[in-house]
Amino acid sequence: MGYRTDWSVVPESLDILLKGVLLTLEISIIALMISIAIGVIAGLLRVSKSKPLAFLATCYVEFVRGIPLLVLLIWIYFGLGRFFRLGAYWAAIIGLAVFSGAFVAEIVRAGIQAVPKGQMEAARSSGMSYYQAMRLIILPQAFRKVLPPMASQFIILIKDSSLVSTISAADLTLNAKNLVAYNFRSFEIWTAVAFLYFAMTFTLSMIIRHFEHKYKVVE
Amino acid sequence: MISIKHVSKSFGTLKVLENVSLEVPRSHVYALIGPSGAGKSTLIRTINALEGIKAGEIHVDGVSIHSPRTNINKTRADIGFVFQSFNLYPHLTALQNVTVSPINVKKINLKEAADKGKELLASLGLHDKFDSFPGQLSGGQQQRVAIARSLAMDPKVMLFDEPTSALDPEMIKEVLDAIRKLATTGMTMIVVTHEMGFAREICNQIVFMADSKIVEVAPPKEFFGAPKTERAQDFLSKVLNH
Ligand SMILES: Nc1ncnc2c1ncn2[C@@H]1O[C@H](COP(=O)(O)OP(=O)(O)OP(=O)(O)O)[C@@H](O)[C@H]1O
Ligand SMILES: [Mg+2]
Repeated sequence: MGYRTDWSVVPESLDILLKGVLLTLEISIIALMISIAIGVIAGLLRVSKSKPLAFLATCYVEFVRGIPLLVLLIWIYFGLGRFFRLGAYWAAIIGLAVFSGAFVAEIVRAGIQAVPKGQMEAARSSGMSYYQAMRLIILPQAFRKVLPPMASQFIILIKDSSLVSTISAADLTLNAKNLVAYNFRSFEIWTAVAFLYFAMTFTLSMIIRHFEHKYKVVE
Repeated sequence: MISIKHVSKSFGTLKVLENVSLEVPRSHVYALIGPSGAGKSTLIRTINALEGIKAGEIHVDGVSIHSPRTNINKTRADIGFVFQSFNLYPHLTALQNVTVSPINVKKINLKEAADKGKELLASLGLHDKFDSFPGQLSGGQQQRVAIARSLAMDPKVMLFDEPTSALDPEMIKEVLDAIRKLATTGMTMIVVTHEMGFAREICNQIVFMADSKIVEVAPPKEFFGAPKTERAQDFLSKVLNH
């Protein structure tokens, strides 16, 4: 084949790629925060004694886990966007957060259920309310148990965020697509893109590993 | 102090408590003994509503435990409960285990709670373990932390569900000594136990349960000397002859 690589396009395009990195990071981090909030609430509802609330949370988790993120993004951008003036930026964040939240909910639920039953009994025996016991005793232990699966989920979130390019959010992937359309250097540009995604996810892994180490419990 | 009247309970179709009644006066220590599956754990767990009941009434210091109008969180703060498996909070230090409820439930200030927690731990021989995590402590030490954790709430009664059954033999004594010391302070207690020597020595009454019922209640001398019921004679011959 006659494709001759020319890596000089990478430094030339670096400012555009890095702009994309910034937006990808921004969207991912905000979506991550919101997905943790959604996930913790939905996870708590799933283990709560209230049947209707648990059912509602289950519906959310099962439904969202069963549909492609791409469709969810398009629904939110074009569907919800009709009623509220959502730009691509917020549609991307909401879509990612709602999608990832369902997975986080499952992780949180599993984490809570992995805490031995005696912990809740001891906490309630000493006069704590259900809410206090959750906050002071159960969730801190569940948090430590869920760090590894949470790390995987967040890495997936960063990579999934490349799909927001389809609703025209100017993330790393969209900027790369535009660059390639202009200079036809797809191999070089996408390799650079892969490297940049890897740099983001690897850094995140390291940060989470640090927390894992810091909050390790001797059992 | 603890009044159990005609309490019944089932798990599904299995009857675990059948018309159980028991009165424990203030400052008395009652041992609850009997074969495995008799319902001892279930009974003691109904006293602080870890288990619900189907019929009957339980009062602790005049408060009806299973009445829907009772503030159960407030009432449980007055009832210490010590588990066979300790159930210490593994993410908190020994001292934090002891202070977390006084601070968050009783709203006692940090300094006062810590001072009292240290005093309690020290009185149980744990003066050098304040900052240890449960995973760094032996079973006997963990159970003493658990006792301190209950005592930190200034309970009116203490309930123990086989507090020494999960311990290696050499650690049983340190925990029993702690309970013995507590008895001398006038604490009202019910202790589910297989330690017959301990029951005989410190308990005012022996409560013998079998097949979901209280079969016999008698002072230790009578109970161990001349059990009245055949069921108790049978049980004693099994546990004392090995
Ligand atoms: N949560 C539960 N669900 C169903 N059955 C239960 C439950 N807890 C206890 N049981 C049953 O109730 C009966 C009484 O159990 P309990 O634990 O009160 O006995 P115990 O006297 O404490 O026995 P042990 O000396 O073995 O601790 C047993 O047959 C037990 O299998
Ligand atoms: Mg038991």
